[in-house]
Amino acid sequence: MTSQTNSAALTDDEVGMGYLSSLPRRVVTLYIPLGLFVFVLLFPFYWMAITSVKPNDQLTDYDKNSPLWVATPTLQHIKYLLFETSYPGWLLNTMIVAVASTFLALAASVFAAYAIERVKFNGSRFVGLGIFLAYLVPPSILFIPLAFIVFQLGMYDTKLALILTYPTFLIPFCTWLLMGYFRSIPYELEECALMDGASRWQILTKIVLPLAVPGLISAGIFAFTLSWNEFIYALTFIQSSENKTVPVGVLTELVRGDVFEWGSLMAGALLGSLPVVILYSFFVDYYVSSMTGAVKE
Amino acid sequence: MSARAAPSFLSSIGQSRNIPGLMFMLPAAAFLLCFLAYPLGVGTWLGFTDTRIGRAGVFVGLENYQSLWNDSVFWLSVFNTILYTSVASVLKFALGLWLALILNENLPFKSFFRAVILLPWVVPTVLSAIAFWWIYDSQFSVISWALMKFGLINHQINFLGDSTNARASVIAANVWRGIPFVAISLLAGLQTISPSLQEAASLDGATPWQRFRYVTLPMLTPIIAVVMTFSVLFTFTDFQLIYVLTKGGPVNATHLMATLSFQRGIPGGQLGEGAAIAVAMVPFLLAAILFSFFGLQRRKWQQGGSD
Repeated sequence: MTSQTNSAALTDDEVGMGYLSSLPRRVVTLYIPLGLFVFVLLFPFYWMAITSVKPNDQLTDYDKNSPLWVATPTLQHIKYLLFETSYPGWLLNTMIVAVASTFLALAASVFAAYAIERVKFNGSRFVGLGIFLAYLVPPSILFIPLAFIVFQLGMYDTKLALILTYPTFLIPFCTWLLMGYFRSIPYELEECALMDGASRWQILTKIVLPLAVPGLISAGIFAFTLSWNEFIYALTFIQSSENKTVPVGVLTELVRGDVFEWGSLMAGALLGSLPVVILYSFFVDYYVSSMTGAVKE
Repeated sequence: MSARAAPSFLSSIGQSRNIPGLMFMLPAAAFLLCFLAYPLGVGTWLGFTDTRIGRAGVFVGLENYQSLWNDSVFWLSVFNTILYTSVASVLKFALGLWLALILNENLPFKSFFRAVILLPWVVPTVLSAIAFWWIYDSQFSVISWALMKFGLINHQINFLGDSTNARASVIAANVWRGIPFVAISLLAGLQTISPSLQEAASLDGATPWQRFRYVTLPMLTPIIAVVMTFSVLFTFTDFQLIYVLTKGGPVNATHLMATLSFQRGIPGGQLGEGAAIAVAMVPFLLAAILFSFFGLQRRKWQQGGSD
């Protein structure tokens, strides 16, 4: 341990052995590959954005105008999207479904995670394992029987069908994540409260939950993103245009016949991505911790 | 604290573990039983019936599976799924690990890069797939335009119209979306490896490759196992990308089991057959899960049994 502190003192704030490689070497091995990665990963977004503000006559005319730039940006595609299609309705639907299912899933997961991790009832380990296995069941093998069930329950073509089915993939994830957070809260705090006569409910709401707020935020924004991005259930359970979510609506209603209106399609894709990107930009660290936390457990 | 006269019924419930435990479990259990376990059962049952949309089916035994066994399109979809999963997973792993190693170095604006790199993964798949659809357009593809500008090709690439190109294109789009997840998860794993191990290896005369091969990689294998299990699982059951880009075409060259199941089950109306295809995916998923368990087991001795 002393050698480590010595080397840290010698090399200032640099961690590891980065000081051993020279600048030209770092340019070739680090900066150029990193630049390529960033370029490839971000180019589709740039292309989306530039297409959505291009006037129609420049959209497919690559000889006169460079496709990578737009001289006279226009808002016609976005205007068309917002005032002549059901797009605002889809945004609202997606928002309602995502918020409601996130809320349901979070509430159920908090209780489940607390029960598995702290109440430790008989068989809680077994239930925890079951939750993990439930996380591994993909929607693409569930959508046919779920469509069958949704139809039988009379929920076909309603937002309620989505609100009730989305928690199936949100709860396992959120529970798994929150279990990790609850585990990090010292037992002694709960024991003190228990000795002071607090009930399980009071311990959960007054002690554990306030301490697990970062976990709740991580689970919440992640669940919101997952339900915002969900596609196969929404495609299967919803038929009428006014109940569609953004991903389904953009794909099934904005694509008509052989004429692709790429401008408004890209504007639709861009606007539909914006809410999750904004949420993400505010909570990057929570987002990363929820993603890596779920994997590391 | 105000003492109660006698332990009431309620307080004795409060002190036991099982009853509050089960009550806390109730909401989650209700959801998972009604909309996860029950549908799994219904799906298995549907696979043995000839149910169509709007008509209750009767039990037909293994008929669906027999007809799938003799169905060349089904076997093509199995082949496509395995090809798609293996190629995309290997590429995602290699490129993701590379990106993670780059990000693990001392870089300016590191947190900015880390944030920006996750974007493909945050954005709804369907919406980014639509962007790829436009990028892969047969006449106005920006990739074709750029390659022609550089003089590398002299005609438009038919990205989604030719079976080989279409397969390569959907795999590329999947890799694009999957790299961030692999990279950021592996980066989290890399950051748990103490730099002193690297320094010790380097003092013993290890080359950078040897440090990677004999220090970094063994320390990272548990996380690699988990990350790749998830990656394989999600790639294997992928639906959205194919549905947007090719809908299984050209001539079923990119049909995956999930898309075939959807096509037969929902627009085709053959719920029974669609469910049978979905059930046929289960053995592969089980294999992936078992792989994950063995990956997790290795973890204990690698981290000194502490975690």
